Amino acid sequence: MLELAAIALVKVVILSFGLLTAAAYLVLLERRVAAWVQDRRGPNRVGIPLTSIRLFGLGQPLADGLKFIFKEEFTPSHVDRWMYTLAPISILATALAVFAVIPFGDVLTLGGERTIELVVAPGFDAGAIYVFALSSLAVYGVILGGWASNNKYSLLGGLRSSAQLIAYELPLSLGLLGVVVVTGTLRLDEVIRTQANEGIWFAFAQPLGLIVFVIASFAEAARLPFDLPEAEQELVGGYHTEYSGIRLLMYLVAEFMHMITASFLIVILFLGGWHFWGLTDAAAWGIEGEAVPLWLGVVRIVVLMAKVFVVILFFMLTRWTWPRFRFDQLMNLAWKVMLPLGIANVVMMAVVAEFEVPLTDRLGRGGVIGLTWVGTLLTLIVAALLVPLHSDNRRRSIEPDLFGTS
Amino acid sequence: MRADDPAIRWIEEPKLGLSGKMYLPLIFQGLTTTARHLVGPKRTVSFPEQRPNIADPLIYRGVHRLNRDQEGRVKCVACFLCATACPAHCIDIVAAESPWPDREKYPEHFVIDELRCIFCGMCEEACPVDAIELTSLFDLTGRTREEMFFDKEKLLSVFDQTKDAEPPKSAGLPPLQRPEEEHHS
Repeated sequence: MLELAAIALVKVVILSFGLLTAAAYLVLLERRVAAWVQDRRGPNRVGIPLTSIRLFGLGQPLADGLKFIFKEEFTPSHVDRWMYTLAPISILATALAVFAVIPFGDVLTLGGERTIELVVAPGFDAGAIYVFALSSLAVYGVILGGWASNNKYSLLGGLRSSAQLIAYELPLSLGLLGVVVVTGTLRLDEVIRTQANEGIWFAFAQPLGLIVFVIASFAEAARLPFDLPEAEQELVGGYHTEYSGIRLLMYLVAEFMHMITASFLIVILFLGGWHFWGLTDAAAWGIEGEAVPLWLGVVRIVVLMAKVFVVILFFMLTRWTWPRFRFDQLMNLAWKVMLPLGIANVVMMAVVAEFEVPLTDRLGRGGVIGLTWVGTLLTLIVAALLVPLHSDNRRRSIEPDLFGTS
Repeated sequence: MRADDPAIRWIEEPKLGLSGKMYLPLIFQGLTTTARHLVGPKRTVSFPEQRPNIADPLIYRGVHRLNRDQEGRVKCVACFLCATACPAHCIDIVAAESPWPDREKYPEHFVIDELRCIFCGMCEEACPVDAIELTSLFDLTGRTREEMFFDKEKLLSVFDQTKDAEPPKSAGLPPLQRPEEEHHS
């Protein structure tokens, strides 16, 4: 018992430090990628302090963090002090707590016998539900911050954010549901193992689910096509307008944490987790039995992290590709496009799961997957033909001038 | 303004094809553009190590210089046209009787307050003898305000520094031939 607690504690410490450092360096990566996309170089000067060694700007996160920490911790006089302090703590705490059930590798075998599962709470059967419950709690941090700031722009940012997060929770869950229906488990490590055993990632087996899930998780993480909660240009920063110093830092770190969570979920649910053909298969290396040697465990961690990195890079590139949606476009997309697409995906996956045996007998595994792709394409075409273009905001008819304002 | 105001011109949006309405092809088209810029050449000049390439020093407006004539004397005739033209009032000239026979006056003191100067180039435009010119030196710094008052010697030394890289803009012209002055009352 004590030993279990000790192992869990070590995992918690490693994971928290790793995540916070990762968030700091992702800020640097974000700035560099932003610069590169705009044909600039980005911050490349800050290196080791007190020397002239530059290290491609790797000292920048340290400088940024110190700046935030040593800034005056200013509390405006018109805010609700308790809530004002509680909001960033709650959002960061929930963002970190999500990682209790997210596997960051497979298993590590130490000393030949002992295996350590690389997840803080191993064998938690409701893992996926826990993830979604906690990421919904992020809304509270946002709306609490907006409310406590006692500022109309912050409140508007908080309101917009809560509406958005609630709207996109549904397609996100529907994307997950497709995976759960097929695998029959809510444990994220089991989902990876299913994909690894079969050698077919769910990205190939459920393309529609991938599309719905990725777009919805962009909205959940409030990344750029969906960053209405912040919307620097419109809401002067949204819910964290009144925040500065270390509290603002907590908000910013939590934001990056949401992006990391979303990337982990995309990789685990749809991109095979730590699996990569030939590289992580025990059989391909000629290893007998179930045991996973230490080095293979490390290879699997590296593969998982590499995939997460690629997805994060995709997040950052999309930021500079797609302009922000207007609020009505955002809502239209959620309720009129993403929700039907998600339902179509669930129905398709339910059919595949129910008639798996006869379908596979008749068509083979490849045939079933091909059928899914045809279904996906048809669904997308139908959606494209039926959904009106949301970019067009002209008035179709002249409404009566009720208020005589003209 | 009403929506049916005749002054409003409604523009038809280009029609999207099926692939456009499906969004995803357009997203990938956009992503290729972004990715191309991600790895493409960068425009930033890493300044202290790398000097920016000034396309045409002739029209660049940097630090001033006072030109010398062929004999090495200051070209300025202390006519005060530059000081009059200067919108920032940063040129201070003290004229004196010229020791040379070819002109009446010369500047005994010629001071430009570089901190006050807005680098508009009006002095260069106003100068009748092409004595004051703006060079392409742009990174002038100093530790005190006094250091940034550029006097005649300093301005002449700027000329000595830059004359090879940037020959005087009137170098090709013959020396100014003045007709015998008639006094207008």
